[in-house]
Amino acid sequence: MGSRVEILNHGGYRSDGRRQYELRNFDIDFSGSNSTADGYCTVTHGLTTVIAFVFGPREASQRNLTMHDRAIINVEVNVAPFSSNDRRRRGRGDRRLLELAASIKSTFEPVVQIHLYPRSEIDIFIQVMEQDGGFLQAAINATTLALINAGIPMIDYVAAVTCGVSSTKPLLDLTTLEENDVPHVTVAVMPKTGKVTLVTMETRLHVDRFDEILNLAISASKTLHLHMRAAVRGYTTDLVRAMGSTGSTGKEAAMEDENMDVAI
Amino acid sequence: MFKIASFPPRVQHSITAVKHHPDVEADVLMDLDEIDDEVTTKISSPGESLTSASAFMRYTPEMADLVVGRITEVKPILYYVLPRKWKVDVNSRQDAVLHLASVNLPGGVQRRKLESDELQMRTFFEDGDLLVAEVQGISADGSMQLHTRTLKFGKASLNKRNGQLVTVPPILVRRLKSQFYALPCGVDLILGLNGYIWVSKHTREQEQEGEVGFDAEAVYSNKNDVIDTATRIAIARVTNIIRILARFFIPITDSILIGAYEWVLDQECDVKDLLQDENAEALVTAIMSQT
Repeated sequence: MGSRVEILNHGGYRSDGRRQYELRNFDIDFSGSNSTADGYCTVTHGLTTVIAFVFGPREASQRNLTMHDRAIINVEVNVAPFSSNDRRRRGRGDRRLLELAASIKSTFEPVVQIHLYPRSEIDIFIQVMEQDGGFLQAAINATTLALINAGIPMIDYVAAVTCGVSSTKPLLDLTTLEENDVPHVTVAVMPKTGKVTLVTMETRLHVDRFDEILNLAISASKTLHLHMRAAVRGYTTDLVRAMGSTGSTGKEAAMEDENMDVAI
Repeated sequence: MFKIASFPPRVQHSITAVKHHPDVEADVLMDLDEIDDEVTTKISSPGESLTSASAFMRYTPEMADLVVGRITEVKPILYYVLPRKWKVDVNSRQDAVLHLASVNLPGGVQRRKLESDELQMRTFFEDGDLLVAEVQGISADGSMQLHTRTLKFGKASLNKRNGQLVTVPPILVRRLKSQFYALPCGVDLILGLNGYIWVSKHTREQEQEGEVGFDAEAVYSNKNDVIDTATRIAIARVTNIIRILARFFIPITDSILIGAYEWVLDQECDVKDLLQDENAEALVTAIMSQT
C-alpha cells in the first residue's frame, strides 16, 4: 500500500474517473464461437476480460464421479500469464485457482437444473485474458451467459458484482488498484428472486457496513442482469432470424421466436 | 480479441454498454415489467426453462431418428455378464448404446449372435469409427439405444471411409423425407439429426441395395477407395458450404446445398478461400436471394 492512492477524491471521483456507484464498461460477446464448445461467452468489465466455455451436458469423463440422479458440474479456471502486471504462470494445481473454481461451482450448482441430466457432466472452462479487478464477478457473469448460450436450463441468471467500502463510502465494481486498498465483497445474485448464491470476502470489513454494501451489490447485479438479458435476447433473435431467413422454415422459426420470448 | 482469419464467428453479435448504478442514471434498454414469474414457476423441462433451449441444445433423441455417431468405447463381455455393446458419441447428453444384437453381422441378417462375434466386436466397429444408425429406444434417464439393422444403415455405416464429418448445431438439421442424399456433384450426404453430417464419395445404387450381396468385409472395412481429385474437391467444397451455413445459423437442406454449390462453382472461388469472411457472406446473401 506504501504511498497511498486517493481512492475517492474530494470531487467524488475515483482513480479511473468513475463515481462511487458507477460500473465499468460491460461488454458481452457471443460471437467468437470458433471453438467446439457448446456455449461460449466473452465478458469484459472495464479492463478485465474473461472467456467462459461450456461443454455439455455430455458423457461424463470420470465414470466413478457420475451421479445417477443429476449431472456433475466441473469447473476449471486458467489465468493467462500475460493477463496481469506481474507476469506469472499459474499451474493447474494452483491453490487460489482451485478455490475460485470451487466457488464458481458452488455458485452455479443451485441454479443450473442438473437434475435434468442424470449421469452427465457439464464442463465449464474459464480463461482469464486480462485482469483489472473483479475477476470473480467477470467469471461468474461469463459463465452464466455461456451456460445460456449452451442451452443449459437454469432457474435464473446469476449476476455478480464486487463492492467495497472506502472510509464509510461504498464503491461499486472495483479495479485492482482499489481492490488492493479497500475491503470488498463479491456478491452473486439471482436477479429475479433476489436470492444470493455467493458472497465472498477476503478482507476484513466492519459489520456495520456489510448490510449496506450487500444491498448495494444486489441492486447493481440487477442492473447488470438487464444488460445480460438484452444481450441474450439480441443474440437469440439474430439466430432465429437467420434460421427463418431461407423462407421454407419461416413459419416454424416465427413460432419458436414466440416461445423464446416467453422463455428468455 | 483474437480472431482466426480463415474461420470467423458464425453470427456476429456483441453488445457494449456503459453501465451505471440505477441511482446514477438509467440507460437501460429493457422494461422490467416483462420479467415474468411464469419463468420461475414453469421450469419443469428443458424446453420451458430459462434458456432458449431448442436453439442451442445438444441433440435430444426421438424414436426412429437417423443419427451419425462415433464409437467411443467397445465393451465386450465382462466376467461373462451382460455388456456386449458399443458406446457411441451422438452429440447428446450421454453416449448412446449400440448392442451387439442390434447390428448386422456377416453371414445372414437374422443369425444368432455367437460368442465368437463378441470376441470380434472390434473387427466390426472400433473406437473412433463412424456409423449411421437409427434410434431404437430411449430410456427414462434420457440415454438411447441405437440399431443398424436395416441394410441401408449397415451399408451406409462404411466406417471412416471415403468422406468427411461435419458438425453443426442439431437444430439446423431438419427432419426431411430422407436423410440420405446424393448431390449432383458426385457427393453423398447423410444428414444425421444429431447435427453430425457425413459427406462422402458417391456410391452407386446397386452397391447400396440387395440383401443377398451383404458383404461384411465391405461394410466394416476401414480402407478408403481410390478417390480422384475432382471428387475430393467436391467433398471439401460441400463441407465448407455446410460450415458456412452453420456459422450463419441457416438450416441445412439438400436444395439449399445444391443452390449454394452451383453458386460457388459460378464464382470460381477456391475451396479453401470459401471460408473467408467476405466469400462466406456473399454466399449467404446469394442463398437468401434465391429463396
